[in-house]
Amino acid sequence: MSEKIKSYPGFRIKTADLREGKVPFEAWRPRVRYAWSAGIAMSRFLEELKNGRIIATYCNKCGRIMVPPRVFCEQCFKPVDGWKYVKDTGTINTYSVSFIAGDASRIKEPIIVAVIDIDGASPGMGILHKIGEINWKEVKFGMKVKAVWKPPEERVGSITDIKYFKPIREETL
Amino acid sequence: MSLEKITDPRRMRHWLGHMETDYRYTLGIAGERFLNEIKENARIMGARCKRCGVIYVPPKMYCEECFEKLEEWIDLGTRGEVYTYTIAYVDMDGNRLAEPVIYALITFGDAYGGLIHKLGEVKPEEVWIGMPVEAVFKPPQERKGSITDIKYFKPAQ
Amino acid sequence: MFGKKRVAIVGAGLTLFRRNLKETGKELAYEASKMALDAAGMELSDIQSVVMGTAPDAFDGVHMKGEYLADGAGARNKPYVRVYVGGGTGVFTPLAGWWHVASGQFDTCLVVCEEKMSSCFPHPAYAFTTIFDNILARPLGTTLIWIFALEMHRYMHKHNIKKEQIARVAVKNKRNALDHPCAQLAANITVEDVLNSEIMCWPVQRLDISPTSDGAAALVLASEDVAKKVTDNPVWIDGVGWCIDSTIWTNRDLYYPDYVEYAARMAYKMAGIKNPPKEIDLAEPYDPFDYKELHHMEGLLLCRKGEAPKLTEEGVTARDGDLPICPSGGLLGVGNPIAAAGAMKVCEVFWQLRGEAGKRQVPGDPRTGVAQAWGDLMQYGSVIVLRR
Repeated sequence: MSEKIKSYPGFRIKTADLREGKVPFEAWRPRVRYAWSAGIAMSRFLEELKNGRIIATYCNKCGRIMVPPRVFCEQCFKPVDGWKYVKDTGTINTYSVSFIAGDASRIKEPIIVAVIDIDGASPGMGILHKIGEINWKEVKFGMKVKAVWKPPEERVGSITDIKYFKPIREETL
Repeated sequence: MSLEKITDPRRMRHWLGHMETDYRYTLGIAGERFLNEIKENARIMGARCKRCGVIYVPPKMYCEECFEKLEEWIDLGTRGEVYTYTIAYVDMDGNRLAEPVIYALITFGDAYGGLIHKLGEVKPEEVWIGMPVEAVFKPPQERKGSITDIKYFKPAQ
Repeated sequence: MFGKKRVAIVGAGLTLFRRNLKETGKELAYEASKMALDAAGMELSDIQSVVMGTAPDAFDGVHMKGEYLADGAGARNKPYVRVYVGGGTGVFTPLAGWWHVASGQFDTCLVVCEEKMSSCFPHPAYAFTTIFDNILARPLGTTLIWIFALEMHRYMHKHNIKKEQIARVAVKNKRNALDHPCAQLAANITVEDVLNSEIMCWPVQRLDISPTSDGAAALVLASEDVAKKVTDNPVWIDGVGWCIDSTIWTNRDLYYPDYVEYAARMAYKMAGIKNPPKEIDLAEPYDPFDYKELHHMEGLLLCRKGEAPKLTEEGVTARDGDLPICPSGGLLGVGNPIAAAGAMKVCEVFWQLRGEAGKRQVPGDPRTGVAQAWGDLMQYGSVIVLRR
């Protein structure tokens, strides 16, 4: 068929023509606002962040200590057996350096983002966060990092109560 | 882990946000021609399927029944009749409107479909199903190629 | 025998893929559907059921897109359903069409996939923000490219893969797309062009990424009895598979797509395929990013873990190689109207197996092909095996 078809449908228009109104359109801006409740596990997690601590939940059946915490073990499909504090240090599992913002516009200072496997949790239990106090070219896989917290009075119970994770240098070990 | 009766998530630990999106909807092949006829010629068009004879309003590019491409456009004039209507007393946020607004589905003869629009120059208690109505257009210089180029439909003489 | 009836594809249709198309989503769905019906020599009245695949409502800016698109897909007064598994939708929709016919409930099913991403501006990326965890990811300003860059980097690290090797995929696919009449980003570029293109989120650069697009694709599915009546060369759906991994994506190792492997194993078992690289003549793995083609080749068991870059370097995956990969030009070259892009891959395998791919035709009279798509939050795989 492909080879027998002479022309394929579709009327191409240019983005500039749309922007300049040369192609008619109806415009709309959604007015919706959301308030996402954190839920059972995440509310406790955020409360602990406010205290400067990272908390996990664990499952006695599979033995996993899970971060971010959840109320049910998705592997064993049973309620978790309890809460457990883990460390605010970890290892860079993977990282990326972002030169763009959410709207795909360009930003001057790149943001280093990483999945950080948290110490004290089961292997591979990572969370997403930023990396700071280091040039992006010097970041390495497997690098040990530690959370840099906002001062207690500025914490609100958000993942951003941790400003970022910074490399653990020799002298701080 | 008890379940409380909370209806506003902002009373619990929460994160506020919104979706930062804007939209531009192209009118499409049939839609652009339909709205252009309203803008330029102040007339309401339908599109007729040469295979099943169905006239679609608003016009489509294709027949829903048989998938024939619709190429025959017909001037339906500016008059139709109220097929059904509703009277809105509150706005989208639930606030009381100063004046009620009448919304109607207006049909055009045997054409399939119709237009949703407002009724004007008529009191709610005077509207009836089957009432003949006529489109009131904005002045040509104010028309933009939008369904709102028709201000409303009013009772036809 | 899987299912009550054997199912064939008997027609395919495709619109142009472009950054902006004037047609509404309905009109695009119609154009692709009509072309597929014409190709099958069938009328809309021959169609007993319709399945629509289309990705997040937030792109088109139309809620309940399934309902909105129904008439363009010829679904009025017919059994109809919309399915959606993110980027995996384009290959998943034919799978859902397969259920309809294989179950014995219907003899025919029209499968339609549509996307009109241009409605959302300044960039459709905005519409992606609400797919992330609202509590843990969004407050950090997470973007879609971040998470893919994290996956790509992990894959590179694990197997010690160089960017030059990955860039070859972009070069190959954009070049393949020069022969595709619907292609949006066909080009003759070099590895250096990719490596010198703007850095978005290291290691992801501008030319590593497929574009956002408008477009539609459609397929006509028929039971064996009907298929044999309407065509001499049906293409059989001999294997289907789909799978989802953990939704907490920071808790799994991103270097390998287990979910694609599980979906592939399901499809291969059904198709009786024991040695995928030997028994599969061509593949259309999902390639929204160049590394994803490699990642997915490995998940599809077309080579060992970490081996896909080498095969690409050696030309094995070229259109005239031993195992052609993305002969269409893929999402990198043809374009990426999410659901329609996956369906475009199924169209391509269909055309290739019928020997109707024109300038894109892979040599060697291919008999078995596989298409795969990837979606949701990086953890969904859908796989279809087609045979002549």
